[in-house]
Amino acid sequence: MQITVNINGASETRDVEPRRLLVDFIRSDAGLTGTHIGCDTSSCGACTVLLDGRPVKSCTVLAVQADGSEVKTVEGLAEGGELHPVQAAFKEHHGLQCGFCTPGMMLVGSALLEGNPDPTDEEVRWAISGNICRCTGYMNIVTAIQAAGGEGS
Amino acid sequence: MTTVHEPRTSPEVGGIGHSVRRKEDDRFIRGAGNYLDDLNLPGMLHMAILRSPVAHARINSIDSSAAMEIEGVLAVITGEALAAHGLAWMPTLSGDTQAVLATDKVRFQGQEVAVVIATHPYIAHDALSHIDVDYEELEAITSPQQSLATSTLIRDEKEGQTDNVAYTWEAGDQDSTDAAFAAAARVVSLDTHYPRSHPAPLETCGVVADVNSITGQATIYMTSQAPHAIRTVFALVAGLPEEKIRIVTQDIGGGFGNKVPVYPGYVVATAASLLIGKPVKWIESRTENLISTGFARDFHMHAELALDGDNRITAMRAGILSDQGAFFSDAQPTQFRAGLFHICTGSYDFPSAHVTAKGAYTNKAPGGVAYRCSFRVTEASYLIERLVDNAAHEVEMDPADFRALNFIKEDQFPYLSPTGFVYDSGNYHGAMDKAKEMIGYDGWRARQAEQNADPDATKLIGIGVASFTEVVGAGPSRQYDILGLKMFDSAELRIHPTGKAILKLGVQTQGQGHETTFAQIVAEELGIPYSDIKVMYGDTDNTPYGLGTYASRSTPVGGAATAVVSRKIRAKAQKLAAHLLEAAEEDLDWEPGKFTVKGTDQSVTIQEVAFAAYTNHPVGMEAGLEGVTYYDPPNMTYPFGTYIVVVEVDTGDGTWKVLEMVAVDDCGVRINPMIVDGQIAGGLTEGFAKANMQWITFDDDGNCIGSNFMDYLVPTAWETPRYQLGETVTPSPHHPIGAKGVGESATVGSPAAFTNAVIDALWSKGVSNIDMPVLPHRVWGALNGVEASP
Repeated sequence: MQITVNINGASETRDVEPRRLLVDFIRSDAGLTGTHIGCDTSSCGACTVLLDGRPVKSCTVLAVQADGSEVKTVEGLAEGGELHPVQAAFKEHHGLQCGFCTPGMMLVGSALLEGNPDPTDEEVRWAISGNICRCTGYMNIVTAIQAAGGEGS
Repeated sequence: MTTVHEPRTSPEVGGIGHSVRRKEDDRFIRGAGNYLDDLNLPGMLHMAILRSPVAHARINSIDSSAAMEIEGVLAVITGEALAAHGLAWMPTLSGDTQAVLATDKVRFQGQEVAVVIATHPYIAHDALSHIDVDYEELEAITSPQQSLATSTLIRDEKEGQTDNVAYTWEAGDQDSTDAAFAAAARVVSLDTHYPRSHPAPLETCGVVADVNSITGQATIYMTSQAPHAIRTVFALVAGLPEEKIRIVTQDIGGGFGNKVPVYPGYVVATAASLLIGKPVKWIESRTENLISTGFARDFHMHAELALDGDNRITAMRAGILSDQGAFFSDAQPTQFRAGLFHICTGSYDFPSAHVTAKGAYTNKAPGGVAYRCSFRVTEASYLIERLVDNAAHEVEMDPADFRALNFIKEDQFPYLSPTGFVYDSGNYHGAMDKAKEMIGYDGWRARQAEQNADPDATKLIGIGVASFTEVVGAGPSRQYDILGLKMFDSAELRIHPTGKAILKLGVQTQGQGHETTFAQIVAEELGIPYSDIKVMYGDTDNTPYGLGTYASRSTPVGGAATAVVSRKIRAKAQKLAAHLLEAAEEDLDWEPGKFTVKGTDQSVTIQEVAFAAYTNHPVGMEAGLEGVTYYDPPNMTYPFGTYIVVVEVDTGDGTWKVLEMVAVDDCGVRINPMIVDGQIAGGLTEGFAKANMQWITFDDDGNCIGSNFMDYLVPTAWETPRYQLGETVTPSPHHPIGAKGVGESATVGSPAAFTNAVIDALWSKGVSNIDMPVLPHRVWGALNGVEASP
């Protein structure tokens, strides 16, 4: 069936199978490979995108469910060539190593900061508890998100 | 010697000691990494693998006709088809054989049976359910004890194999050890199982094989920690000419040992591309990753310490039974059948040890990879650190004091261990003292005494100590090879006319930050800013041969190669500088980035020298400024540290939480302190994971429990403790820049600290051991005298 999804401000209209996953739509149809796949069970959060502003795991959303919606992926975080504060803070505070979980972590972080620009350590940890990182031990991710909040406020 | 390295270069140059921000991050934070699954080639086909649903069965027949009817399916490949090309079996990194696609039997649940090649990944996966395999089930052997007791032969296809023993091995000296035990005032023993685990990098394994049917050129993009060795293995397995094989590893989403071996999927995808003439992509699902590739650990360990009347250790015995799964495929040096497990005498000074090891085949996935570990050093460290802790409790000494009494002393290095390692350097008392001070050890002991003294207390404090010694940086060629390939590593450095540089490495990052750290080594040696140095790796056509990144060997071996090649170039630069300054070479002083004529202000920069190498080189000297080094390390390096954890155990429900943790690491000179701390924090979390939740087990039929992230628990930010990190610096005396390697220390050292902390809380209740993961029901069972189910 035909769907139209606005991804990072650009409209993507495609004919898709009803079973097509949103993550495959984003990666294969829209060609935005910054969104990653790390598991098959909605456990790891590598595929996290913002669907109408809210974090979702795009491996657990059908592409047809996103028809008419706005999706933001990591490629849409920077605006006008300016890094989002979360992106800059991840680099500054060594919040990433292999980089595979990073897009999902940054999107969740940015969504958290939208509603809570000064989150506590616990609030950040709870917010990102649906996202797995195997490299960093999370400490620097938490620091980076908090620092980005400080930047924005 | 304990020193802290003060940077001698400016922050702009960014040499050793500067926490410069990572160069590679610019693409990762923009979602512009190049991971394997991001690669799409024109006309590319997709492969899906049919896996055995049972652990042990004879294959009577495979009918793929219905799958072939599906539109979009181009081929179904079975073991029989591969056998026609001599590809049904392949060698493992331990010199055993492993089925690529099963022909006679399946030997573990999840084993590769057939593949579908289709135009779309969804179609390839759809078609799997249309392949009909007739299995005749056999007894599933799910433990090494069962394996050694049964008459059922797992590897019945192997000529000369009459039992289920995969290997036997020993180290140390039995006679002197027996004598020491006979004379001992006390013997302390421990039986423990280091459970099966899986590295589970967030990116699974995969391959895009692109074999050009006209030229025969095979370009294989894959998730490999060891691309050069893989190229050679492919040449040997597939009989392809090695110059026509190019392995390309792009960005890798974590490895931790999982991406060292050659997996059947890589081989079949390459064969399929060769057969069909189009690129073929295979990307593992998470379940495939967890059930079929790269398990780690699974050591059943018994060990004893002999003590004299003064509580000094006089000898150690250790006996290991390892569960190897269906194929013996440990990625480890050829000479060492149980890896470097014989480092199990740890940080302690005693004259005698004897270690025996036996591996058994079982109906489980193969692997035996060094999961964030230098070839079984993790199991070794866990064993000795659990054992000394129990010994301290048995002789009623403080565990920190017992360790300090028995540590190898600073003036004993280099130290020959009873199993034959020559520890290069160490200051174990220094790390212990620092860790105790940072955590406020005596204060915690006082609080513990007070809180635990209350007979009605339901929250007990436990303090766990672990003082690990690692052995990393494999390794000297006289002892270390994999499949005959000596474990040197390489660096090629080219300085361009404008003074910018390109550094090509034989090692392979999976997130450790090589693009930054290795540029910093060049910056230190030549004074060229790290930001002017491009670091390349992971393309076998365009980088020098090396054995890759695992076992914390990048900095000890590849980092040494980088320093040495930089110094070679500096020697030539000095000749060029002498020519430019019209001075004698020996009259020049060097500081990073500049030669100066002694006693004058006449100088040339390294950039000016580089330009001259291409525009104004003296008669009789070759043009250019470049070099390559293959570094054969004279010894291993021996990082160490002391970790102290304070936990609170709830005796009501058996849960425990970390109240405070301090990790003091000594990895020698730290090139980029920020990156080093990042490696340690990540490693501590993987150690916590294994102590607290993360394991893979099987039911009696050989079904894998832990085949996805809902059953195989890895810690999220919510469960993960916070850590305080500290350091001491004892440079490696034989490494060109004094570095030792750090990627794995925390995963090696920390599991015992967590378990020791729980046992420390419960010792007075009669609990002397709980195997990892230290799950609540196990804690509760131990406290209440109830045999806990797994």
